[in-house]
Amino acid sequence: MALTIKNNQKNELCLELTDDFFSFEDLSLKNKVLTALTDSSLKRLTIQAEKLKLWDTTLTAFLYKIIKFAQSKKIEIKYQKIPTQLKDQLNLALAVDRKPTLDVKKNISFLEDIGETTLNLFQTILKGISFIKEAFSSIGRLVTGKAVTRFVDFVFVMNDCGPKALLIVSLISFMVGLILAFVGSIQLKLFGAEIYVASLVTIGMIRIMGAIMAGIIMAGRTGASYAATIGTMQVNEEVDALKTMGIPSMDFLVLPRLLCLVISMPILVMLADFMGILGGAFVGVFLLNIPSSEYLKYAFEAFGLTNFLVGIFHGFIFGFVIALCGCYYGINAGKNADSVGLATTKAVVSAIVWMIILTGFITWAFSIIGI
Amino acid sequence: MKTTSENKKITVQNLTMGYGDFILQKNMNFSVNKGDIFIIMGGSGCGKSSLLKVLTGLVPPLKGEVFINGKKFTNSDEKNQKEVMKKVGILYQSGALFSSMTLAENIALPLTQYTSYSKNTIDEIVSLKLALVGLAGFEDFYPSQISGGMKKRAGLARALALDPEIVYFDEPSAGLDPVSSKLLDDLILNINQTLGTTMVIVTHELSSIFSIGNNSVFLDANTKQIIAHGNPKDLLKNPPNETVYNFLTRGKTEHV
Repeated sequence: MALTIKNNQKNELCLELTDDFFSFEDLSLKNKVLTALTDSSLKRLTIQAEKLKLWDTTLTAFLYKIIKFAQSKKIEIKYQKIPTQLKDQLNLALAVDRKPTLDVKKNISFLEDIGETTLNLFQTILKGISFIKEAFSSIGRLVTGKAVTRFVDFVFVMNDCGPKALLIVSLISFMVGLILAFVGSIQLKLFGAEIYVASLVTIGMIRIMGAIMAGIIMAGRTGASYAATIGTMQVNEEVDALKTMGIPSMDFLVLPRLLCLVISMPILVMLADFMGILGGAFVGVFLLNIPSSEYLKYAFEAFGLTNFLVGIFHGFIFGFVIALCGCYYGINAGKNADSVGLATTKAVVSAIVWMIILTGFITWAFSIIGI
Repeated sequence: MKTTSENKKITVQNLTMGYGDFILQKNMNFSVNKGDIFIIMGGSGCGKSSLLKVLTGLVPPLKGEVFINGKKFTNSDEKNQKEVMKKVGILYQSGALFSSMTLAENIALPLTQYTSYSKNTIDEIVSLKLALVGLAGFEDFYPSQISGGMKKRAGLARALALDPEIVYFDEPSAGLDPVSSKLLDDLILNINQTLGTTMVIVTHELSSIFSIGNNSVFLDANTKQIIAHGNPKDLLKNPPNETVYNFLTRGKTEHV
């Protein structure tokens, strides 16, 4: 492998290629050629390849680069005894010469960035509000029998967000009850009040923890699946097809998902409450050696209907939040694989954030009215 | 038994393919010579795309063998298949470019995976490959910023990245306007003549079949076997049966 740079005549640079050229990666030699080509008096570049035997694409790629460079400097190119295959390939590569223009996003300042983000946030909120409005008008259409939707979709979706979610919600809630009892017992032991573990777990689970755990599980499980399914339908132009057929995507896609989750969430919260209390009882009876009748007595005493209903109310609200976030980001997903992933992430994160924000708000509102 | 001669890039022997109990095609026998533009044609549902999946090792055949460069490809171990596939490029129907990467990154991917070239060399090769498909200067574009025809050409550039001996095409003209389709055909022909690459093309686009194909097989969905084999132009002149005649003349019969 040898590349010789010669200045045969004035204003002419000759590159002589000899022997085999495989994995041509000599950067210093490549730079030397490019530097030689920057000579402003240069008028012609001759590529001499009489003694070139075998070569691979690295040589072709380098020759293409220097020819393009020479052309940009208005230097004439001359091939001398260059193998036909190499010449043909270079000619094919050089045949189309157009300069594409890419709209490069200009660098924006920090202040502009803040302004743009704020405006976008404002628009997102407006879009979100109109989405919620549309969802409620879709429920209205369902009540008046005008919604374009299929009963079979309700069955499928209900099966997915109801029976199929029972096991995971049960398991996680049982573990959370167990953890609550463990952590509580360590502190209560100091006062010899282990028996109050029963009250702690019962109140904790039915008032809020049952709802939050069921909400987080369903956001990760069902909310993500809503966003991914509708997002993929967006990529496959199925959402566009619905629109052009005059079928509101809100009725056809969002309504079944929204209603099923709103119905199933309170039931799942009840299950989570029960499994949490069971987890607490497991720790109380088997590890803290509290007699089971005692544990049950304290648990029943702590079980207040108001607390239980507050938990169910949270479940109902969380059902709305998870379904709306999942469907909203699914419908607003872009048209490629990345955007579906992004929509799913946004759906889960925003559902969890909104659930926590709303919990804070509801707790504050209930404390004012004394519930 | 000598299964292939030097000139034969792909040899298909007694190949039966399908899924489970469902047989798509049985007892297929044909070979693709070096430098051929080989067309796999046939009506919808005859198993053209499935044959491509068998040839690329994505689906195992039910019976029979495929030899590539004289070496057994199907039913061989994964390492051997991977080694063979380094010499094979594939252009998928949609181009199958990774949307999160620029065209340069898409084309550089097989190079960084299979070679130890420096970044500078990889950049040079990427520019050359893009220029070969008429997309010089499009390095920093994302797939979403270019047209469908350009995506296919960029997909071809990626398929050519490792200087493959064989390139498979899955319906290259699908979804393209006649002009873009003709440009892609010309490009396939140019690359075949310039680089001597063997091309295997699954298509039912008649203009492509006649303008670039120099050898072909015709798969029939009803009889589940190859019912014609040879240069498409010869098949048109002397159609071996009515099905092939109807296909190659778009269903034009004597009384129409």
